[in-house]
Amino acid sequence: MNPCTKIILEVSNYLDNEMDAALRQELEEHMGCCPECRIIIDTTRQTIQVYRGCEPYPLPQSLHNRLQQAIREHFGKLGGESS
Amino acid sequence: MELLERNWNGMALMAMSPTNGAATLSDLELVAQAKAGHLEAFDELVNRHERKIFRLTQHITGNREDAEDALQDSFLKAFSRLSQFQGESQFYTWLVRIAVNESLMRLRKRKAHPTFSLDEPVESDGDLVPRERGSWEDNPEQMYGQQELHEILDRAVQSLPPIFRTVFVMRDLDQLSTEETAEALELSVPAVKSRLLRARLQLRDKLSKHFRRSSRV
Repeated sequence: MNPCTKIILEVSNYLDNEMDAALRQELEEHMGCCPECRIIIDTTRQTIQVYRGCEPYPLPQSLHNRLQQAIREHFGKLGGESS
Repeated sequence: MELLERNWNGMALMAMSPTNGAATLSDLELVAQAKAGHLEAFDELVNRHERKIFRLTQHITGNREDAEDALQDSFLKAFSRLSQFQGESQFYTWLVRIAVNESLMRLRKRKAHPTFSLDEPVESDGDLVPRERGSWEDNPEQMYGQQELHEILDRAVQSLPPIFRTVFVMRDLDQLSTEETAEALELSVPAVKSRLLRARLQLRDKLSKHFRRSSRV
């Protein structure tokens, strides 16, 4: 298999560290002499990092209140009486 | 002040003082208290996880109204089924499973995806060829304001096919393991990996125009 194709097929496993040492070394050797593949790996890593670094927004207060209200009504139906 | 609560069998009245410090308890401790009838403990679980669950339901359904309904029904189902939670997994993982099912149910109801299935075959390896080959700025997230960055990232995820974005959100945003994702979606581990690979590469291509070097002066 073309080593550039192998990089693309294995980029996820490489970044998740889910591959054996021999394959890892083979890919890293190829990246050492193929700038395009290095960029594919780096920018895919950055893709994951930028998403992981982005905290979700707080819930809008109205939605939070609606959720709390629904839980209290549900609690009441299940036999309890919300206080 | 004490909060007086009943369990949902209408049995023993339970008093829970704010000094119990629900915010300092682990999820499993809160679940135990909630099972014993402390509604305040369940409130804390909601406060702790509602943002991430809403992000999940928004990304999967791609529809604000469905996402809100899926969020609400996820917590209501979790509340109703709390006795079934045995602590064999993280509470959050268990909650995510419920939220994914609620979201997928709504997605399937939408006309755009009447026969949508997570298990449909992915395209051939030909769809994996990256189109964008330029490098990115070192800290791409600093190129935009928070609001603009959120919009760029959300738009990119929403443009993915549902089968890819669901796996991506579970694995890379909620950071569930491959095995947990596979179990929750009733997919094989290789199927999850294949979808995740495609999702990541497609997102990389979509984000490149925003984050590549010199893409913004």
